Amino acid sequence: MSRRRDNYENSRWMKFKRWVDGETDPLAGRMEARAYEDKKASHSSNHGRERLEDLEADTEEVLKRLPIFANGYDSVVDKGLMAFRRMYKVMSVLLCAGIIAVLLWTVSYLPVFGDAKNPDNNEVSARYIEKGLQETGAVNIVTGMILDYRAFDTFGESCVLFIASCCVLVLLRIDDASKDEHVQMRKKEAEYDRLYEPKNDIILQKCACILVPIIMIFGIYIVLNGHLSPGGGFSGGAVLGSGLILYLNAFGFQKTGRFFTQKVYQRVTLSALTFYCLAKSYSFFTGANHLKSGIPLGTPGAILSSGLILPLNICVGLVVACTMYVFYTLFRKGGMK
Amino acid sequence: MIQHIFLNLEEAVSVILFGIGFTMLLLHQNLIKKIMGMNIMDTAVYLFLAAKGYINGRMVPIVVDGIQDASAYINPVPSGLVLTGIVVSVSTTALMLALTIRLYERYGSLSLDQILTQIKEEERA
Amino acid sequence: MELFKIILLVSLIVCAVSVAFTKDLLTSIIIFMSYSLIMCVIWVLLQSPDLAITEAAVGAGVTSILFFVTLKKIRAIRREEQDE
Repeated sequence: MSRRRDNYENSRWMKFKRWVDGETDPLAGRMEARAYEDKKASHSSNHGRERLEDLEADTEEVLKRLPIFANGYDSVVDKGLMAFRRMYKVMSVLLCAGIIAVLLWTVSYLPVFGDAKNPDNNEVSARYIEKGLQETGAVNIVTGMILDYRAFDTFGESCVLFIASCCVLVLLRIDDASKDEHVQMRKKEAEYDRLYEPKNDIILQKCACILVPIIMIFGIYIVLNGHLSPGGGFSGGAVLGSGLILYLNAFGFQKTGRFFTQKVYQRVTLSALTFYCLAKSYSFFTGANHLKSGIPLGTPGAILSSGLILPLNICVGLVVACTMYVFYTLFRKGGMK
Repeated sequence: MIQHIFLNLEEAVSVILFGIGFTMLLLHQNLIKKIMGMNIMDTAVYLFLAAKGYINGRMVPIVVDGIQDASAYINPVPSGLVLTGIVVSVSTTALMLALTIRLYERYGSLSLDQILTQIKEEERA
Repeated sequence: MELFKIILLVSLIVCAVSVAFTKDLLTSIIIFMSYSLIMCVIWVLLQSPDLAITEAAVGAGVTSILFFVTLKKIRAIRREEQDE
């Protein structure tokens, strides 16, 4: 049986709840401007005090023009606010110093850096190193790990990239057909942004002529040699994406628009993700049922080796490159036109 | 204790970087500065993970000359984890920056305080 | 090698602190870029070249490009408001 309290409105919990909801200013009830007015009335006879008050009124005027005080707070509450800010700064610095101190204290109890007997160097990594070459065919053990043993992780991560680019698309895309006022304003803005671009900057174009082919070839090399040397889909894709961005900056949207449109982006990304999904589903299915997958591993060290890792690397590289380029175009002018 | 911290220099530095990033996140009003603080915290965590996988005097985990002994290479697991983390951190950064641009278009300010005051005023009106 | 590593780690902290204390956003973005590059060298020292390549391409390249474009966008909006 619950007893209803009459003064629930005045209870502490209600006040706290209101303060959390941001409905009332916690300082508003107690530190109202009334005391300030009383003081003004009682001392009005004194000439010296009057000048002081005039000065105070002036400072109040000046303070109101500042952006923080432009919201009609009176000066007593402002003092409370200032004190709160100073308090907040001091407290957060103290909190962070405390966190650093506690974590450093923990670090001093950790096992020594670079010791082979550390608990994280357990049988998992030993197994990856000893059997990795036979089971995956990849010379680079890290690539073999993330694209064979833990390929499901990597698939999820490519999907994270795809979803992030979709979210940025939703947030920043400018639709030409839309009649909405905000969208029209942003479209005007995007055109304004392009107005100040150097249209045919000769230095940038000559540099890009030399650099873009080298960057692209280096990116393709990293993607294709992911199983033989450091690198792989992620880093190679990012290099390819930045090469595309450099090309776009030097030669403008008309040149890139010829081979990279929204349609191309959708098709490339979706087909890469679908191929990844199907290929790994096949190998998971055969592996779970103890069947032979029938995909040759090849000789280790050759470019055409290590089974599915090379195509999967290419897929991941395509997804990453497209995502980076699309991020840039969406930030620049809200679409690939 | 100090001696132990000097033995674990990478971990200590990553912990300090984490604290600096967290302080930036708390103290700065500017949204772009806050995103940078987040990025610094990200890299601090990656540095900690990668430092845990390192073993003195061993090689990069790429098989050379057919040596397949576990005592010849460093631990490949943290490298793989961090590799995926770096790329995810870029996509979250891009998403946060896109949100920042939209907020600036709507409220004309990068300061979190001013944005919040404007939201409250609009609610009152 | 040990000395080189300590110099790199200290400059990492210096970069992070100066990112926090710089008033100008463009300057702090460039300092953040150099922070990523130092991190990339540290990863080569930690024997993980995979991470070094990815950090150089992603952290120092694409992330700072995105920051630059955001800054440019915001300045363009501000300039338009001033003109009106």
